[in-house]
Amino acid sequence: MILGKAHKFGNNIDTDAIIPARYLNTHDPAELAKHVMEDADARFVDKMKANDIIVAGENFGCGSSREHAPVAIKAAGISAVIAKSFARIFYRNAINIGLPILESKEAVDGIKEGDEVEIELTIGEIRNVTTKKNYRSAPFPPFMQQIMKAGGLIEYVRRKIHGKNI
Amino acid sequence: MTITEKILAAHCGKDRVNPGELINAKIDLVLGNDITAPPAIKEFARIGVDGVFDKDKVALVPDHFTPNKDIKSAEQVKMMREFARKYRITNFFEIGCVGIEHALLPELGLALPGDLIIGADSHTCTYGALGAFSTGVGSSDMAAAMATGEVWLKVPEAIKFIYKGKLNKWVEGKDLILYTIGKIGVDGARYMSMEFTGDAIKHLSMDQRFTMANMAIEAGGKNGIIEPDDTTIKYVKDVMKRNNIKRNYTLYKSDADAKYSKIIEYNVSDIEPQVSFPHLPSNTKPVSKAGNVKLDQVVIGSCTNGRIEDMRIAAKILKGRKKHKDLRVIVLPATQAIVKQMIKEGIMDIFIDAQCAVSTPTCGPCLGGHMGILAEGEKALSTTNRNFVGRMGHPKSEVYLSGVAVAAASAVLGRIGSPEEL
Repeated sequence: MILGKAHKFGNNIDTDAIIPARYLNTHDPAELAKHVMEDADARFVDKMKANDIIVAGENFGCGSSREHAPVAIKAAGISAVIAKSFARIFYRNAINIGLPILESKEAVDGIKEGDEVEIELTIGEIRNVTTKKNYRSAPFPPFMQQIMKAGGLIEYVRRKIHGKNI
Repeated sequence: MTITEKILAAHCGKDRVNPGELINAKIDLVLGNDITAPPAIKEFARIGVDGVFDKDKVALVPDHFTPNKDIKSAEQVKMMREFARKYRITNFFEIGCVGIEHALLPELGLALPGDLIIGADSHTCTYGALGAFSTGVGSSDMAAAMATGEVWLKVPEAIKFIYKGKLNKWVEGKDLILYTIGKIGVDGARYMSMEFTGDAIKHLSMDQRFTMANMAIEAGGKNGIIEPDDTTIKYVKDVMKRNNIKRNYTLYKSDADAKYSKIIEYNVSDIEPQVSFPHLPSNTKPVSKAGNVKLDQVVIGSCTNGRIEDMRIAAKILKGRKKHKDLRVIVLPATQAIVKQMIKEGIMDIFIDAQCAVSTPTCGPCLGGHMGILAEGEKALSTTNRNFVGRMGHPKSEVYLSGVAVAAASAVLGRIGSPEEL
């Protein structure tokens, strides 16, 4: 189970805002984490705490294919991203690296900055602890659940190639 | 089926596929650059295989922060170089041979009609101009594809765009795609295939088509695709001859009864050159309504508009003129072959006489890497593809997007304007 404070962002948060290209001369997750969300909110890293949750509008993660974006979010200690919708490549990358993401328009509209949010990933339940309202996100297709269960695409492929159980 | 569905079906051994279906597809090429390949190389090692699935089907293109802009970037390219040597990868491009990936690979015949190509770069969708299926993925996908030769894909729904009529003067493929993004929004084609059709597309050159397919991602599209025709076939035959490529390719076309979730028609005679205002590519205006936007920098180039035809359009406008004294102009031809052709045609002289700085091929300032970073408060007009906050430098700088003709004219005018004003 995930429990953290919500940090709200608007629509079309692009991957340049999540991790600006000026920091992409490295792919070290710890380095990237220092600058997460910097061009969307320059003070985000100081404001957030481990396990906090990003709550955003439509098309989160649009733009570049940099996997550094979900990696930076995960390495900073953000436990999940809830958005009204995700851009395609970000969605893939988040699943592939094991960053929990959930799609729910109602939850995003019902969560305010600073609300306590609880997430039960296995059933896709989002609970706003502050307002005591519950929301559901659509379940992932079984194939994507398998990737997530394995802990990401690389581990999934590794086990498949070496004939191990997923 | 649509052209996209046919290519996907052919690559997963099925007679037909349907939108929403998850497939495991065989790839013809996987590529990565100096930002995305290093993490893929690290992940590849974790998978535990003896080598890449096919040393001829992996392309490593260090084009973003190269020639290496700092020590960390040099380390990233070194990682690619060592990986390429270790696994005898045919298509690693050293400085001097490298170009901007999405201009370079088609030029070398590494992307052909009917291919299925994935790349750890969002503008991988460019090759759709050849009638290939190509899409951007992340570094984990790249690593898995290098090991297995396969990728998981969801078959996308499709939007058919029909461009009717004749293009107005100075209107380029770039203007058509900016106009389209302006109409449907940056998520207007999210997860979807964008199929570009119609008379106006038939009359576009390959370079103009590459520009259109390149920016499908800016509408959230999974791929942008154009049915191959005589223009495509001529281009492909030339490329294959020049590079001595023997591989077969397949020309796919959408069926008359192919299913689209939307069909959108535009009359291109209504379209004038476009400008995208900060900070989204969808924030478009016709250039006549741009107002008085004074510029500090003009950038002409990139995977979107760095091809020879783009250079010719810019040269036509800049010939015998000088850039405005209050701004700088940076030209980034996309490949070495383009640079050579520019020298041959006298385009290099025109640019230098116009006081433009002409660079060796690099993505450079497009993503705020190097070679033309903006200071606080500065404004640039660029033929690149994104104008997000901080994209070309300081978070408080501004990027405006346009086609080449408007960029070249604006370089002379000192503000955003049209070639008609010169």
